[in-house]
Amino acid sequence: MAASLQSVNPTLSRNLSSPNNSSSFVPFRSPFLRFNSTSVAPDFKPLVSFRNASSSFVTRSAAEPQERKTFHGLCYVVGDNIDTDQIIPAEFLTLVPSNPDEYEKLGSHALVGLPAAYKERFVQPGEMKTKYSIIIGGENFGCGSSREHAPVCLGAAGAKAVVAQSYARIFFRNSVATGEIYPLDSEVRVCDECKTGDVATIELREGDSILINHTTGKEYKLKAIGDAGPVIDAGGIFAYARKAGMIPSAAP
Amino acid sequence: MASSVISSSPFVCKSSSSSKKDLGFSSFTKSSQISIHRCQKKSISRKIVSVMAPQKDRSPGTTGSVKTGMTMTEKILARAAEKSLVVPGDNIWVNVDVLMTHDVCGPGAFGIFKREFGEKAKVWDPEKIVVIPDHYIFTADKRANRNVDIMREHCKEQNIKYFYDITDLGNFKANPDYKGVCHVALAQEGHCRPGEVLLGTDSHTCTAGAFGQFATGIGNTDAGFVLGTGKILLKVPPTMRFILDGEMPSYLQSKDLILQIIGEISVAGATYKTMEFSGTCIENLSMEERMTLCNMVVEAGGKNGVIPPDATTLNYVENRTSVPFEPVYSDGNASFVADYRFDVSKLEPVVAKPHSPDNRALARECKDVKIDRVYIGSCTGGKTEDFMAAAKLFHAAGKKVKVPTFLVPATQKVWMDVYALPVPGSGGKTCAQIFEEAGCDTPASPSCGACLGGPADTYARLNEPQVCVSTTNRNFPGRMGHKEGQIYLASPYTAAASALTGHVTDPREFLQ
Repeated sequence: MAASLQSVNPTLSRNLSSPNNSSSFVPFRSPFLRFNSTSVAPDFKPLVSFRNASSSFVTRSAAEPQERKTFHGLCYVVGDNIDTDQIIPAEFLTLVPSNPDEYEKLGSHALVGLPAAYKERFVQPGEMKTKYSIIIGGENFGCGSSREHAPVCLGAAGAKAVVAQSYARIFFRNSVATGEIYPLDSEVRVCDECKTGDVATIELREGDSILINHTTGKEYKLKAIGDAGPVIDAGGIFAYARKAGMIPSAAP
Repeated sequence: MASSVISSSPFVCKSSSSSKKDLGFSSFTKSSQISIHRCQKKSISRKIVSVMAPQKDRSPGTTGSVKTGMTMTEKILARAAEKSLVVPGDNIWVNVDVLMTHDVCGPGAFGIFKREFGEKAKVWDPEKIVVIPDHYIFTADKRANRNVDIMREHCKEQNIKYFYDITDLGNFKANPDYKGVCHVALAQEGHCRPGEVLLGTDSHTCTAGAFGQFATGIGNTDAGFVLGTGKILLKVPPTMRFILDGEMPSYLQSKDLILQIIGEISVAGATYKTMEFSGTCIENLSMEERMTLCNMVVEAGGKNGVIPPDATTLNYVENRTSVPFEPVYSDGNASFVADYRFDVSKLEPVVAKPHSPDNRALARECKDVKIDRVYIGSCTGGKTEDFMAAAKLFHAAGKKVKVPTFLVPATQKVWMDVYALPVPGSGGKTCAQIFEEAGCDTPASPSCGACLGGPADTYARLNEPQVCVSTTNRNFPGRMGHKEGQIYLASPYTAAASALTGHVTDPREFLQ
């Protein structure tokens, strides 16, 4: 899967020029500045935190594509085949993610389905947020259900990115579509070399994104995001579609 | 033909055309992610099977121009994208024929639809959306009940034609519109048609691929997008072909076939790919058995499953819908990224042991595993034929079950069949009578039930660390409720046999 995302896709590059060659289309400025609007549910999280930004909300339409994206924080390490039932047990699916209160509640239950062998919990009992911003996974992260609650609860809890060896398809797609969490592919089994609590930084750059584990001092190359890149950069499937002219720029 | 490859299973003959070289670790090999505990076992088969772009001989085009062959899935997507040709890897905007949602994801999907398109927005086509409450229905959980109410409001407001509503939770029969499990209802109500694109906010939407259509699960955000536009951005998947030939033994069911396959390729063996099933065995399967096969494609990571439509398909579909459709078939010169062949006459009943659908074992090798309960239900194993099979085995055995045996018909129609249809060879008894005589629990109200645990008061939920043999589709930790619960996935025959002995049991103990 990871490799197929890397494969050159002439169709995509014909239809949408890369953000760096923005001369072929005008940078999209939506009159619908939802992210600053107080009347709208504050559940639409920005995908990245900019290094110098003190406020956590930045309009996606104003983001410059060439800017470096960085995530920094503590790692939470899990193994292979972490399925959606472990990420968010089915009993919590009655919570509707587009409802702000329930969105927060979902976050408090993130990864609560992990077996007892995981002594360190992702969200401490009684807390609503996690102290871990980077999740490190093995193979087939997010397998199982198509429930969007899975990437949503991770984002709602405060995680920013997942670095996994590989992803299940629907989870990856939902992460991209919602913008809740940034899914990244590692080239090696990073989950074997990192421990929960390690301090790490992820730097996304053109061509060579890296994960730096400050606790061990090791660096890992991350694979380019591939076909999902334009969708993530645009800010999710709706923003991407608006840019591509598939849907109108403002609500009718 | 190149010589067959020695693989981990004696029953699998993986063929590769003679023009293919051993490409070693091509990019598709990397993409066929195998969980680490299977790494050693898989290393041989991976190298041969995963190839990048199979070089198949093309037959010359009739008009002199070279025509690129497409697989069924490629053809369906090309047509839905209004293109004459697509190849795997293409990202295309596709027109959607049917969008399905249920009580768990519907509210979220509509919430996103309204947020993005406006509070007063209208869905793209109120006749192409099917809303089927099925997940958390017969429960006192207030939020679950509220979610059904939310869907009622949306359907009223949007004039959605197909809303299989339920208002009287105390008596499912008092609700004329209510159906039950969405994937079975979609088929029974005539929403599955060859050649179409069907999306659903549920991973087992791939079930509908049994009808020769492109069907896959999507999240709330994608569904919200489809609600407003009737389109979705899809990447064309490459197709893995599974040819199943031979006569199906009387004790084997399609659940055994798919568990066999998933055990072969692992839970990520088909990630981002189509699984296309064909062969003489497939041709002799009923629609319900084909649905079971395609249902678990997602458990192998597959994007969609697909079976070429034939007389069986057309007979089923034409009795349930008058909407015109046009089936498509893979071209003779289509490219497949992998080829698997099975001689089903050599296969044996299998189970998936805890805690992964690819943790395959022969049922007979698990006969020392003591179990606490049996669950027969869900979109995978709760259809009419699934209950008929279980009843047939109970009747042949003439014994009583040794453990609590929970029966949850998938839909109202299935429930009625269980109480009305005579079981062949039983002298006119219905499934319900046979189940009662065997000491099973009374068939419950139709819904997804305990397949995915659900609210605490869900019937047959695993609330203790017990061992359960189940005809459902997933057995990851906590799937049916308790984190330490041990779930053995099995066919209805195997589940029934196990109920009779109190241990995991090969159905041949009772059926020969």
